[in-house]
Amino acid sequence: MVDAVIRRSEIAVPARRRSGLRRAMQRKSTVAFLMALPLILLIGLFVVYPALYSVHLATLNKSMERFVGLDNFFFLFKRETFWMVVQQSCIFAITAVIFKAIIGFIVAHFVHNVPAKGQRKWRGMLLVPWVIPPAMSTLAWLWLFDPSYSAFNWVLALFGVGPVPWTGDAYWARFSVILVNVWIGAPFFMIMYLAALKSVPEQLYEAAAIDGANWWQRIWYVTLPMMRNIIAITALFSLIVTFANFDIVRILTAGGPIDRTHVFATWAFWLGIQGGDIPLGASVSLFMVPILAIAAIFILRDISKRGNEA
Amino acid sequence: MATADAVTGSRPAARPRYGSMSRDRRWALRWSYFFLVLFVIFFLTPPVYMLITSLKTSAEISAATNPWWVYHPTLSNYVELLTSPSFLTYFRNSAVVSVVVVSLTMLISVPAAFALSRMKFWGSATLATGVFLTYLIPETLLFLPLFKMFATFNEWTDIQLINRWWVLLFVYPTLTVPFATWIMIGYFASIPKELDEAALIDGAGWLQTLTKIFIPVALPGLIAATIFAFTVSWAQFLYPLAFTTSSDQLVLPVGIITSLIKGDVFNWGQIMTGALLGAAPPLIIYAFLMDYYIAGLTAGATKG
Repeated sequence: MVDAVIRRSEIAVPARRRSGLRRAMQRKSTVAFLMALPLILLIGLFVVYPALYSVHLATLNKSMERFVGLDNFFFLFKRETFWMVVQQSCIFAITAVIFKAIIGFIVAHFVHNVPAKGQRKWRGMLLVPWVIPPAMSTLAWLWLFDPSYSAFNWVLALFGVGPVPWTGDAYWARFSVILVNVWIGAPFFMIMYLAALKSVPEQLYEAAAIDGANWWQRIWYVTLPMMRNIIAITALFSLIVTFANFDIVRILTAGGPIDRTHVFATWAFWLGIQGGDIPLGASVSLFMVPILAIAAIFILRDISKRGNEA
Repeated sequence: MATADAVTGSRPAARPRYGSMSRDRRWALRWSYFFLVLFVIFFLTPPVYMLITSLKTSAEISAATNPWWVYHPTLSNYVELLTSPSFLTYFRNSAVVSVVVVSLTMLISVPAAFALSRMKFWGSATLATGVFLTYLIPETLLFLPLFKMFATFNEWTDIQLINRWWVLLFVYPTLTVPFATWIMIGYFASIPKELDEAALIDGAGWLQTLTKIFIPVALPGLIAATIFAFTVSWAQFLYPLAFTTSSDQLVLPVGIITSLIKGDVFNWGQIMTGALLGAAPPLIIYAFLMDYYIAGLTAGATKG
C-alpha cells in the first residue's frame, strides 16, 4: 500500500519539479528503508532469529519440553567424543587453511611468472575445483579412495607401495579429508593472491633487483609485505568456511572411522537430525561461535581500516 | 627474452649480469611451466576421473584392469540417468530452486544495496555491517534451529514445510543475499555521485535512478552476483539434506548421494555420471563467464 502511494507521487514529480524534488529528498529515508526492508526481514527471520533461537534450544532437554540450563554442555564435556571433535575440528581447519594458503601462494607465483597471454588459460584450468559443487567433487574423491578399487592405490601398487586405507584408518582418513579440502580451497587462495600479486608495483622488484636481492629476499621483503592484507583476509575467510565445513567430511567419511573425523558441523548433524536430539546438536554447533566471532572481528577491523584509508 | 638479448648486445659492460638474469628468467619460466603442469594434474584428476568412470560399464569398473583407461567406452550410464524419472526430478528441482533463488536474490539485494550505498537512513551503516556479518555466519550454525522452527510452524498452522522442496526457496536466500548485497554495495559505491545528482536534477525519481543509471553502470557486478547466487544455490548440500527426504523432493546433490547409493552397493559408473552432470551447469557458466566469475570471487574480500 505504502509502496503504491509513493510510486504514484513519484510520477507526479516532473509536473512540479522544484517542490517535488524537495519532497523527494525529505522522503529519501523512507524510500530507502522500504527498499532495504526485504533484506531486513530475510536476515531477521532466517538468520538472526534462528541464531538466537539455537541458544535457547541448547538449554532444553531432548524432547524440548523442559528447561535444563547448561546440562547439555556439561553432558558434552563429559563425553570423550566431544573433545575428539574439538581437536579434530581445530586440526582440520588450521592444517587445511595453512596448506591452502601455501599452495595458493606458490601456484599464484607460477601463474604470475608465465607470459600474460597464457595466464588466462592456466588460471581457467586451476580454478576448476572451486567451481564444481563440493558434494559432487567429494564423490569423485570417495571413488578415488575406494577401499577395493582405489585408482590411487592402483598407481601406488606400480611402485610397490601397499594399499593405503585412505578412509579406513583414522590417521589416513584425517589426512584424506584435509587433502580434499585443500584441493577444493587452494584455487580460491590462488585467485586472490594472483589479484594481489598484480597490484604490486613492478618498480619495487626492480629496485630490489638493483639492490642485489635474490628471489627469496624479493618474496620476503617486497611481495609478502605488499600482500599482507589480502593474505590475512583470505585466510580468515577460509578459516570460517573450513571450520564450519560439512559437505566433505559428511560424504567422504561420515565422521568415521569410529567418530575420528567428525567436525562440529557433521557431529551436530549426526546428533540433531539423525539422532533426533536437536538441543544437543544445537549445543555442539554453538561451539563454532567463538572461533567464528574472533575471525569476524579481525575481518571487520581490516575492512573498516581500509575504509578509512580510502 | 628477445629484448633482454638485444639489451645485452647494446651494453657490453653489463653483459654477465644481464646474461645471467635472462638465463635465470628462462629457467624460472621452465620451472613455472613444469610445476603448473603438476598442479593442473593435481587439480584436474578428480573431474577427469569422473569422466573416465562415467564412460565405463559396471563390468569394466569391477574388472582388475587399468582404472585410468577406458577400454570399452559406452554412453549407457548417461542414457540410463537421463531417462530415469527420479534423476530428471532432481534435476528439475535443482533448476527451479536455483532460478527462483537467483531471481529472489537479485530482487532483494539490488534495491537494498542501492539504499545502503546511496540513501542514508537511520541505522543504515549498522545494517551494512550487519549484512557483511550475516555473510560470515555459516549454514551449519543455523540448520538445527531452522529445522525446529519449521516443525513449530507446522504445529501452529498445519502447513508442512519439512520435506517440501520449496522450503529451500526461503532458506537459500540467506546464503546468497548477504554476499550479493555486499558486492553490489561495493559496485554502487564506485559510481560517481555526480551521475545520480545529474539524474535527480533531470527529474528522475529514485527508482528511475536505480533502473536507468545504477543497474546499467554496475552490470558487471550484477552478473557476478547472479553467477555467485546460482553457484551457491546449485551446490548447497546441507539444507536439502536436513530438510528434504522423499525422493520426489530432493535436489541434485542430495538425490545423487541418497538414491544412487543403495545400501552398500555403489553403482560408481552412474554415481560419477550423475556427479558430472550435476557439476556441468556451474562449469558451463564458468567456461563462458570466467571473468565475471573471478571478479565476483575477488570482490567479496577486496571491495568495500
